[in-house]
Amino acid sequence: MSIVIKGAAPLGGAPVDVLVDGGVIAEVGTNLSGDQTIDGTGLVLLPGFVDLHTHLREPGREDAETIATGSAAAALGGFTAVHAMANTNPVADTAEIVEQVARLGAAAGLVDVRPVGAVSHGLAGETLAEIGNMARSAAAVRVFSDDGTCVHDARLMRRALEYVKPFDAVIAQHAQDPRLADHSACAHEGPVSGRLGLPGWPAVAEESIIARDVMLAEHTGSRLHICHVSTGGSVEVIRWAKSRGIDVTAEVTPHHLLLTVDLITGYDPVYKVNPPLRPAADVEALRAGLADGTIDAVATDHAPHASHDKDHAFGEAAFGMLGLETALGVVAEAMVNTGLLDWAGVADRMSVRPAVIGRVAGHGRPIAAGQPANLTLIDPSGSLLVDPAAQASLSRNTPFAGHTLPTRVVATLLRGRPTVLDSGLAEAVSA
Amino acid sequence: MKHLLSAGDLDRDEALAILDTATQMHAIQTREVKKLPPLRGRTIVNLFFEDSTRTRSSFEIAGKWLSADVINVSAKGSSVSKGESLRDTVLTVAAMGVDALVVRHHASGAVQQLAGWVDCHVVNAGDGTHEHPTQALLDAYTLRSRLGDLADRHVVIVGDVTHSRVARSNVLLLNTLGARVTLVAPPTLMPSGVASWPCTTSWDLDATLSGKEHGDVDAVMMLRVQRERMSGGYFPTEREYAIGYGLSPRRLDLLAEHAPVLHPGPMNRGLEISSAAADGLRSMVLDQVQAGVAVRMAVLYRLLSGAADSSTGSEVTV
Repeated sequence: MSIVIKGAAPLGGAPVDVLVDGGVIAEVGTNLSGDQTIDGTGLVLLPGFVDLHTHLREPGREDAETIATGSAAAALGGFTAVHAMANTNPVADTAEIVEQVARLGAAAGLVDVRPVGAVSHGLAGETLAEIGNMARSAAAVRVFSDDGTCVHDARLMRRALEYVKPFDAVIAQHAQDPRLADHSACAHEGPVSGRLGLPGWPAVAEESIIARDVMLAEHTGSRLHICHVSTGGSVEVIRWAKSRGIDVTAEVTPHHLLLTVDLITGYDPVYKVNPPLRPAADVEALRAGLADGTIDAVATDHAPHASHDKDHAFGEAAFGMLGLETALGVVAEAMVNTGLLDWAGVADRMSVRPAVIGRVAGHGRPIAAGQPANLTLIDPSGSLLVDPAAQASLSRNTPFAGHTLPTRVVATLLRGRPTVLDSGLAEAVSA
Repeated sequence: MKHLLSAGDLDRDEALAILDTATQMHAIQTREVKKLPPLRGRTIVNLFFEDSTRTRSSFEIAGKWLSADVINVSAKGSSVSKGESLRDTVLTVAAMGVDALVVRHHASGAVQQLAGWVDCHVVNAGDGTHEHPTQALLDAYTLRSRLGDLADRHVVIVGDVTHSRVARSNVLLLNTLGARVTLVAPPTLMPSGVASWPCTTSWDLDATLSGKEHGDVDAVMMLRVQRERMSGGYFPTEREYAIGYGLSPRRLDLLAEHAPVLHPGPMNRGLEISSAAADGLRSMVLDQVQAGVAVRMAVLYRLLSGAADSSTGSEVTV
């Protein structure tokens, strides 16, 4: 069955018709027709978003999210591919686990679920996980990360960077020196943490690890990716490393582009996230870094948590916030409405570059005949009133509850098949 | 006033009203029959997530002398480790029909959070390293008993400011009452962003006590050094801390004649405070304990009897 998207603007350019057939874009032109028509008048057509960083909680915490519900949240957010972090239970540190995750993702069929493999066995930071077996498995893992904890041992990090080279894979580092910011650190170290009496998470705990790791990447000639960059200092280190020719890429979360540390003054754990919310100057630096390409990608760090893991004192509540369903709206508010990125820029940071970093075939491709039809249709003049209870995620921990975010995802197509139509799931999903 | 969560919640009039009510309460402590009727039939739960003997006892006596029924609930240990959320623990206790919760918690902000979940009054009896407003009130009460009006008085607070809820509440309340505050600590124990606090700071105790750095000193308050900080690498040895920041007999002599010495207890004698300072004529450590009961009676009375809602008319009917 063929679908024609009528009169939508690819990357915000001149409106055209796009005919999708057999999972690929068959033709881009005018006066096209197909078995089914999606009215794209006034809408912008983008390549389907690719998320380098989500926590889908399966296996282990299916009460907080499943691969199926997380996939639904992703599709509604305009994503066609997501990476699922390895900190599940059991940890994704063997071929068997990553293959299971990939299988469950394929069964859900809403986005391509790309498992991330652990760098170290059990995320313990001591010995390498079976990286080669995961890379060679049916899941063909290309991103390895101990996300949630930092690969803080310099020798292990060096070995990991070297070891993944034959697989064209990347090490995605959660940069947090555990000696400078231990497990209790929960608030950006500064006037707010000092006043509130919360254990500080200083910017230097992130920046010093990034500085070390870009030098290790240079030494080994390997590919390094920095997860959820949160400080202006980190942006400067990465900018310097790139100018030096070091093969480093970086991501920023939507929430770090919009929210500041001042929000935690009421001790509401919905604002507890790792790395923590930072001051406005860092938010500005992150926006500038994303705009000039120093930061390559927006990645959500979608972190669903059951309410009973959040209804604790701030210092004892779980880290993390939802991101998949609000990512576009936040990026639009922080980057597009501010004039820092146009829609082509959004496509680059949310689809093209993350697909390259994760080696996700068939995603982040140009909107042109012959290309896989992984597409997102958005309404730039629409809006989204965030209602946690109405989201597809099993969890409710969004910091944007009650907020109205600009733009709206209208439709998402995965290899030519609509997963989202009229801003709702094309088919019902069960957890 | 519905809750007492932060010393910063109190404006000058409200703080003075509590202190004046405390003076009236203090008078009954010397009586043979130490019981007033105003909170008869009211139930106060001391909900303590962290061990405390003196603060809990002080609140318990305060409630009982006002004829309230006081129940102590120990919820020690992280609610996370027990598998019950803080919210569930608190709602369970509140559902028993409680008029006021007096809460101590090991995590900063926990008391503020739970105040949003319950209908009853909430008094912060110390939350993590954040605040301890009734300690600040009893310290102010004690200082006033020695110095009179605190306007323009200079109070020096010495020790582990970073991890001290006593220091945070005292800076806020003393500032409200018009006093000047100087915090003295080694740089490792000075909180991040302290420059934005309404006080001055110093790393040099001798220069501060002698008045060379920030002017003449009217009172000095020593903070307890927690045992876990000693192993946390914040300072090299206990010996070096005592030499740099302990209130030694020599440093006592730097103080003006009228200046009292306070300590929230329990004291580490020989570390932050010498016995000469703890037991000398300047020491008001036991006055603080006595003031604690009077101040907590005043707080409970004003919250639960509704006195705080009707201007400052705080006359106690005995």
